[in-house]
Amino acid sequence: MDLTVGPNFFFWEAETIRAFYRDLAASPVARVSLGELVCSKRLPFWRDEIPAAVEALQTAGKEVALTSLALVTLKRERKLTADLMDLDLPVEVNDLSALIHIPEGQAFWVGPLVNVYNEGTLRWLIRRGARRICLPPELTLDSVAVLAQAGRDEGVPVEVWGHGRLPLAISARCYHARLHDRAKDSCQFVCGEDPDGRDVGTLDGQRFLTVNGVQTLSQSTASMALKVEDLQGAGVSALRLSPQSRDFAAICGAYADRLSGKISGADLAAMLRPMVPGGTLSDGFLSGPAGAAWSGEGTAAPR
Amino acid sequence: MMELVCPAGTPAALRAAVEAGAHAVYCGFADETNARNFPGLNFTPEDMAEAVTFAHARGAKVLVAINTFPRAGAEPLWHRALANAEAAGADAVILADIGLLAHAADRHPALRRHLSVQAAAANPDAINLYASAFGVRRVVLPRVLTVQEIAAINREIDVETEVFVFGGLCVMAEGRCSLSSYATGKSPNMNGVCSPASHVAYAEEGRDLAARLGGFTIHRTPKGAPAPYPTLCKGCFTSDGQTGHIFEDPVSLDATQLIPELAKAGVSALKIEGRQRSRAYVAQVVRAFRAAVEAQAAGRPMPETMLARLTEGQKATTGAYAKTWR
Repeated sequence: MDLTVGPNFFFWEAETIRAFYRDLAASPVARVSLGELVCSKRLPFWRDEIPAAVEALQTAGKEVALTSLALVTLKRERKLTADLMDLDLPVEVNDLSALIHIPEGQAFWVGPLVNVYNEGTLRWLIRRGARRICLPPELTLDSVAVLAQAGRDEGVPVEVWGHGRLPLAISARCYHARLHDRAKDSCQFVCGEDPDGRDVGTLDGQRFLTVNGVQTLSQSTASMALKVEDLQGAGVSALRLSPQSRDFAAICGAYADRLSGKISGADLAAMLRPMVPGGTLSDGFLSGPAGAAWSGEGTAAPR
Repeated sequence: MMELVCPAGTPAALRAAVEAGAHAVYCGFADETNARNFPGLNFTPEDMAEAVTFAHARGAKVLVAINTFPRAGAEPLWHRALANAEAAGADAVILADIGLLAHAADRHPALRRHLSVQAAAANPDAINLYASAFGVRRVVLPRVLTVQEIAAINREIDVETEVFVFGGLCVMAEGRCSLSSYATGKSPNMNGVCSPASHVAYAEEGRDLAARLGGFTIHRTPKGAPAPYPTLCKGCFTSDGQTGHIFEDPVSLDATQLIPELAKAGVSALKIEGRQRSRAYVAQVVRAFRAAVEAQAAGRPMPETMLARLTEGQKATTGAYAKTWR
């Protein structure tokens, strides 16, 4: 099993992004998907960082793909999606409409925001050219095992969500703008004030969700720290680590140590807790009873 | 005339909808293959065959929703639902999953395929992909688009579009939301339920009634005041000292007054949400919307909506159809 780093969900300064990918080039991950996933309005502010990041990562021996947007509605967003094909890199499809631009048989990756819930869908995507598939985070271990096996039968690696606030929903409405009494078109990029998203709690003070522009995330950081053996047994080939603003290189290193057996699941969880935003972990989508649950000591569940 | 597509959670509701003037009724089987998999609702294969006979005798169509995402290792359940829909004489099936669409196109080529809102096909590229790959003939558009965007989509596609005009309102792209399973373990995509009643608990605390979903407090209302159902995305939450309905107020959709614009935008069919609703509710709403589509066809103004009392005292919204909603 190895490590994939997914696209950054948040709106960071260009210099921050430059430093982030420079550090990532030195980290023990096998591949990186990058690009703007959440909001096309952000892209002009950091687009120029992409070529240098790709070069640094490739020079360090990492596979690189470019993600599509998660929700494509505007004409300009369709154009951006079509333009992804110009860069001679595999595209990570996170909105199915990206497929219309990819010739039959040309290789692409499938990201966690495409609904791959069963073997029929997995096989159709592979016939169409999918060469890596990251499953949706919502799946249970039983489903993951069936799909990882189906991927193996077709020679296509299947990866699962390994670390990060979970992408739970996407909308046409920008919740960051709404919290500032603004509409999406006049958002003034307020999402940039919250490098790991803006936390939303319940009226009883329970940590619950995090908004990131048009995206809604879990407030807990999902982590497969305690599930590595289960996932290896199921035939999963990679864990996807989702960027956060602090300590990300250290987090990549810690997961690599976990995969190589240097540290235990409990060790990794203990290391992660002070590093993740908000300090709560979850792994409940895999083993129940609900996504917010944590199978180890301490709990992310509401009390 | 625009086609009026009406909900039926039970055979009785289906009969009521047809008698009230529905051009088409959509319904599903009583299992996890359909996205309104609520206890006490939905159709056996025998019910479905009888429903089709009843509807066809009165000139109405039956559309069968098989619109959850088949569980890995359990696809035969969904494949049987397709075969049962065809055997019952359904006019179309409403599907969301790529694998199931591929199976339907391959094994049931004569069965008309509509793309469910759960597939979240939100632009012409996605719609054209589903049309060319799976022979989809109609797309139910996700509730993330403005009327202008719908018009632009219709100029670039060759299939029909259907849009929601009344009832519950998802604020997230449907079929791409796992908020419910994060809190409860049960999701629309996998289980056909959202914010399920099995995970709702109410507690009287001081002067408040707290409503919780999977243990998370969704809202608190003063005792004795009307308490909306704790649907996760309509809850009242706090963020950095601000308290409010951060995602959406407890509103429901009413786009009656937009029907002429939707017709101009090239929309073929109007959909009413509410398969979980009573027969009496369905009959009232269908009657009102039949009058509205007839008025539209005749070039008359839209009737003033009589439906306010059916929205449970909630505010109505035109949702994403107006750009300012975003």
